[in-house]
Amino acid sequence: MDPMTTPAPVLEISGAALRLRGRELWSGLDLTVAPGEFVAVLGPSGSGKTTLLRAILGLQELSAGEVRVAGVAAQRGDRRIGYIPQQRPLPPGTSLRARDLVAMGVNGTRFGLPIPRRGDRERVDELLEAVGATAYAERPIGLLSGGEQQRLRVAQALADRPALLLCDEPLSSLDLANQQAVTAIIDRERRERDAAVLFVTHDVNPILDHVDRILYIAGGRFMLGTPEEVLRSDVLTSLYGAPVEVLRMGGRLVVVGAPDADDHCAEHAGIALEAGAA
Amino acid sequence: MIAPTLIAQTLSWSDVFSFDDYGALLQLVGNSVVAGAVLGIVGGLIGVFIMQRDMAFAVHGVSELSFAGAAAALLFGGSVVAGSLLGAVAAALLIGLLGARARDRNSIVGVLMPFGLGLGILFLSLYEGRSANRFSLLTGQIVSVSSPDLGWLIGISVIVLAGLILVWNPLRFDSLDAASAEARGVPAGAISIVFMVLLGLIVAVAVHIIGALLVMALLVTPAAAAMRVSHGPLGVPLLAALFGFVSAVGGILLAIAGTLPVSPYITTISFLIYVVCRVIAWRRDRALVAAEAPTAVSVPA
Repeated sequence: MDPMTTPAPVLEISGAALRLRGRELWSGLDLTVAPGEFVAVLGPSGSGKTTLLRAILGLQELSAGEVRVAGVAAQRGDRRIGYIPQQRPLPPGTSLRARDLVAMGVNGTRFGLPIPRRGDRERVDELLEAVGATAYAERPIGLLSGGEQQRLRVAQALADRPALLLCDEPLSSLDLANQQAVTAIIDRERRERDAAVLFVTHDVNPILDHVDRILYIAGGRFMLGTPEEVLRSDVLTSLYGAPVEVLRMGGRLVVVGAPDADDHCAEHAGIALEAGAA
Repeated sequence: MIAPTLIAQTLSWSDVFSFDDYGALLQLVGNSVVAGAVLGIVGGLIGVFIMQRDMAFAVHGVSELSFAGAAAALLFGGSVVAGSLLGAVAAALLIGLLGARARDRNSIVGVLMPFGLGLGILFLSLYEGRSANRFSLLTGQIVSVSSPDLGWLIGISVIVLAGLILVWNPLRFDSLDAASAEARGVPAGAISIVFMVLLGLIVAVAVHIIGALLVMALLVTPAAAAMRVSHGPLGVPLLAALFGFVSAVGGILLAIAGTLPVSPYITTISFLIYVVCRVIAWRRDRALVAAEAPTAVSVPA
């Protein structure tokens, strides 16, 4: 609770450790995120990036340490957190229009008579406008592209004007134009409203221009710092405990040789270049 | 409605439709019509969530255990309505607790369903009372349900309706977008249990009105039809309720004019509505594709 930094941090994680089904994912995590800060969370699959987000959402109990969101211990249903889940296209038959997905962010948790309150519709219109989805607001969601659906998920996450935005691989399976568009919306949110962003991704390239700090998780350990400090061959080599090289290829950073956290077959060597790209 | 050539020679038209003394008959079955109407509406509404949560098969499993409960009550001299309620709610809770994921759920239902049906058939074969009661549980005979029992069925349906309305928003959020709903604090576990209890209650009602084998005609088909022609948060449930109402009430009103059981009328109307909705959706989608095709061609590569 001590005001270490000004302004007060949005997210404070101290001494956090997490066990999942008997396996320790990571331990000794300390992370403080200030308002308006953009932190990318990188690491191989299975390293516990999504679990970290679930702990912040109060959905996953830590085995040690604590998570505080704007000074309060993490709790379920915290309205100051916006959450963008991993992009999974909704099936074509889903009985939902674009506007309805956003509306669930506004009134989806409300018990009682399902009657929209005054101002709900205006707020949904505002959110649709903010992510550039007004044109297809009334269309069935199953007919929209992955990029269009993902904009709607961002709009839904922004419904309560969150102080902290948690993004779980929001760009995977989007094309470059849509990656840039979705990133721009998220970045604007932190610039204009000072929202802090925690952005889990396996590929840092689309967001590299916006990132303030990187939290790199691998093999149960962490590295925290600016992209220049973390994305270096020597730093990641010591983090992985295995030779890893960070290459610059045509303006993209690529991590080569990073073993996957749940590494148990030889195929990984071939996939590593893609899966571990950072 | 039914092609004359398909009807056996022994069957005369007056068995299918006969409107002599219709007014007097209608008075006799007034409560049945009310029960059918309420079930049609509530079944249509809950059907929307059954479809969204991918639980059509689970409904079938719950109805077979409801049948087993009712058959047990018949054999041991208890209240048939209470027996069907007990069986249905127990089955629904079991499926809800053990089958959080669709694949687990389907295997649990696949295991429970024949067990329930087998138990029910055992109880019925041991039962030595009126044989008409036997088949009515499987294929439904609303007009033979006693007045106090009808009151119960209507009351239970109204309770399910009230419960549904109370949890509507979070239930819908959880059904359509579970990951976001959980992150925003929707208590997924509690919502699921509440839903399964409501489902068990309404299935038990449906078993008495349309029969254990045919509950899907009022709990699944109307919502499936509505989802073909609408996508809106109001449009789908309102249409589903309307389709359920028309199927149930229409079926009963037609059935009392003949001597055939009620259920085939309800299932036929329900099915025809579904077919019409599919045709409408197909024509609309084709028109949409045709309208969009020229613009797609003109997009530069």
